Amino acid sequence: MDFPPPVAAERSVVWEPTGDGRRVISLADSHILLWDLQESSSQAVLAGSASLEGKGQLKFTAGRWSPHHTCTQVATANDTTIRGWDTRSMSQIYCIENAHGQLVRDLDFNPNKQYYLASCGDDCKVKFWDTRNVTEPVKTLEEHSHWVWSVRYNHSHDQLVLTGSSDSRVILSNMVSISSEPFGHLVDDDDLSDQEERRPEEKSQEPPQDSVIATYEEHEDSVYAVDWSSADPWLFASLSYDGRLVINRVPRALKYHILL
Amino acid sequence: MNFTNRTGLCSQHPDTIRKMKNDFRKMEDEMDRLATNMAVITDFSARISATLQDRHERITKLAGVHALLRKLQFLFELPSRLTKCVELGAYGQAVRYQGRARAVLQQYQHLPSFRAIQDDCQVITARLAQQLRQRFREGGSGAPEQAECVELLLALGEPAEELCEEFLAHARGRLEAELRSLEAELGPSPPAPDVLEFTDRGGSGFVGGLCQVASAYQELFAAQGPAGAEKLAAFARELGGRYFALVERRLAQEQGGGDNSLLVRALDRFHRRLRAPGALLAAAGLAEAATEIVERVARERLGHHLQGLRSAFLGCLTDVRQALAAPRLAGKEGPGLAELLANVASSILSHIKASLAAVHLFTAKEVSFSNKPYFRGEFCSQGVREGLIVGFIRSMCQTAQSFCDSPGEKGGATPPALLLLLSRLCLDYETATISYILTLTDEQFLVQDQSPVTPVSTLCAEARETARRLLTHYVKVQGLVISQMLRKSVETRDWLSTLEPRNVRAVMKRVVEDTTAIDVQVGLLYEEGVRKAQSSDSSKRTFSVYSSSRQQGRYAPSYTPSAPMDTNLLSNIQKLFSERIDVFSPVEFNKVSVLTGIIKISLKTLLECVRLRTFGRFGLQQVQVDCHFLQLYLWRFVADEELVHLLLDEVVASAALRCPDPVPMEPSVVEVICERG
Repeated sequence: MDFPPPVAAERSVVWEPTGDGRRVISLADSHILLWDLQESSSQAVLAGSASLEGKGQLKFTAGRWSPHHTCTQVATANDTTIRGWDTRSMSQIYCIENAHGQLVRDLDFNPNKQYYLASCGDDCKVKFWDTRNVTEPVKTLEEHSHWVWSVRYNHSHDQLVLTGSSDSRVILSNMVSISSEPFGHLVDDDDLSDQEERRPEEKSQEPPQDSVIATYEEHEDSVYAVDWSSADPWLFASLSYDGRLVINRVPRALKYHILL
Repeated sequence: MNFTNRTGLCSQHPDTIRKMKNDFRKMEDEMDRLATNMAVITDFSARISATLQDRHERITKLAGVHALLRKLQFLFELPSRLTKCVELGAYGQAVRYQGRARAVLQQYQHLPSFRAIQDDCQVITARLAQQLRQRFREGGSGAPEQAECVELLLALGEPAEELCEEFLAHARGRLEAELRSLEAELGPSPPAPDVLEFTDRGGSGFVGGLCQVASAYQELFAAQGPAGAEKLAAFARELGGRYFALVERRLAQEQGGGDNSLLVRALDRFHRRLRAPGALLAAAGLAEAATEIVERVARERLGHHLQGLRSAFLGCLTDVRQALAAPRLAGKEGPGLAELLANVASSILSHIKASLAAVHLFTAKEVSFSNKPYFRGEFCSQGVREGLIVGFIRSMCQTAQSFCDSPGEKGGATPPALLLLLSRLCLDYETATISYILTLTDEQFLVQDQSPVTPVSTLCAEARETARRLLTHYVKVQGLVISQMLRKSVETRDWLSTLEPRNVRAVMKRVVEDTTAIDVQVGLLYEEGVRKAQSSDSSKRTFSVYSSSRQQGRYAPSYTPSAPMDTNLLSNIQKLFSERIDVFSPVEFNKVSVLTGIIKISLKTLLECVRLRTFGRFGLQQVQVDCHFLQLYLWRFVADEELVHLLLDEVVASAALRCPDPVPMEPSVVEVICERG
């Protein structure tokens, strides 16, 4: 696979999440480049590009495709600003200024809820945004004590959010209030007998609180990447500087609580 | 006198006794003569009466007839007399005449001559009544004359209710004139007299007038019973309400200043005035309304003082910021931080004392309302202690904490020295000042009711928490400043094509200078703290060959650079036994802890940035030199110098891992370069 020689240092390359995997976004310095891979997958054609205007040396630090809107949206981070781009016209859709006090390290989109975006940065915070109203974050988490390097939503149950930080910890959080199922499963009335009908109503009336499910401290050094398994929605892995890869599961009690 | 004495007397003075006997005998004789004379006189008197009896009867009859004739004459002359009286204006006399004749005329109505007289009299009486009313309505003749008119009208038998109404309407006119003149004073036309004069005028003019009216009314219409009293009460309430509204408006204009003495005196006069007629106007509830007004004003003053204290605090902070930002003239030292802190603390304390003194006037013994239940109880506990003092301390803590939440943590908005100063201020408050202030308050304002008050410990805990947050924020801000320097220095340099290092990079020297400056700054306000003595326990030494610690001599020859994997493994094992460094751990209130926090943040940033670059051989050596330099100078600022060693070793090790061709510099050369630089 031959790409035309890069102009500057490539920061990251991200594949289109759905579709036939023909499109790739690469971030280099202050440019976003959209590549279209040809049928034979041996040539890449530059399908579109955009660059950041502004004074000083602007550099992209992270980028992500949005799985919604038929994969036409991309979000990028540069310094403390998060921008959303439309890949059809390569123009900016939204811009979150001063998203974090310091550098933004990573972004992730909520797979089940449109318009919801999570970001993490060097101010040790994880912030959740609604891209329709970018003046204020919907929620802020401040569980880490140093820079948060990556944030990931669970692919199927978006209340589970994983974050890894250079304070050597991995934290699994339960962000129920901003997930797609804030009140848990709603049970059909037909399936129940008259006696049991009343109980689920009581249960669903108290909304579960957002909480930290578990803090994993098996790493001895900074954790730079965390991700969920695409095969099993309850497995996740984390990678730290000393080369240690730790694979963990979501606690069983919580798994059954979410499923049932 | 008993017998023994008498015999004694008889034996002692025989002459006297003989004389007394003689005198008694003489007296007896005279008494007998008197008796006989009296008998003779009585006899004569009876004889005279009998003689004159007949004459006596006739004279009595004549006298009776004479009286009757005189009465008849009076009656016949009555109409003309009445007319003359009315003309002369001697209304009282006329009414008296009329009163005397009325019953008789009434009785002998059936006689035609009397009838005529009665009719005449009635006509004249009606005219008289009309004239009296006219006089009454015209007013302007002063209250006693009014009262007289009313009295006469009542005596004439006019319906009392109408008179009540008219009397009150009249009084209303006068009192409203008073109110209008008071209102005129409130207007914008200068010069407005001060509050004391206003209440004096109001008190003497309006309230005095009202009292007069009330007492006159009660005297005149006492016979009317509760209905009349009710009318009076309603009248008093309405006019009193308007008076109070005016007074409140005037008091609301009293915005200014911290001095309450004039205001308190004015309120005292106002309240006193309305206490006096309390008995008369009790049903109207004027006294309670007056007390309420005073309470409201007192509450407002408390709020005003609280605002004053808050703005004084903010003013102090602005002054500090200006002092910190002022350019230093050459050769002249600006005010030190300790001095600024002392100024702020003393200024706030003096403001608090001034406010307490000003508010204390409300509870002085001489003031008439100071023994009302509100002022004895709620004012002292809820108003002053809770509202003013506790409220101010809490707002101080909140203002201080708001500096921690400023958006955009660039640190440019709030000078870090201000954060440091505020945190020390809050700490001092927690240790000593809060309890001092509250003791002072409790002494001056004895709390006599049971309402809940905030204990000293709660406030102290809040102040400590604020101090802790401020200090933590200070550490973050200063750490960020240094981190930015280090980050830029790592990110902007081209590490692959550096030349062989000859000296330490300027940015490192800058870092050391800044850290020293911060150390001095913090040292001005906080105590040194405890530093851990350098441990000679060699098991804590790192095993990395790139270690820049001084005691590596024993182990260095054993590990060659050609086996980086072994080094890595050993360093990982060693990491298992050392404590994990928590970068943003809570900060203690001493200098060493603060500096440790700042240095931890900076070195961790350096570490993370180094891990993201790729280094050439000389790039790695430059990093080595820089880290050795930092280690030479930074160890003395932290509590545990192992920390600095660990972090810097980690930096060099990470740089080595990112280097495709790692060849470390000889330690002796490194030391030479550092000493030179």
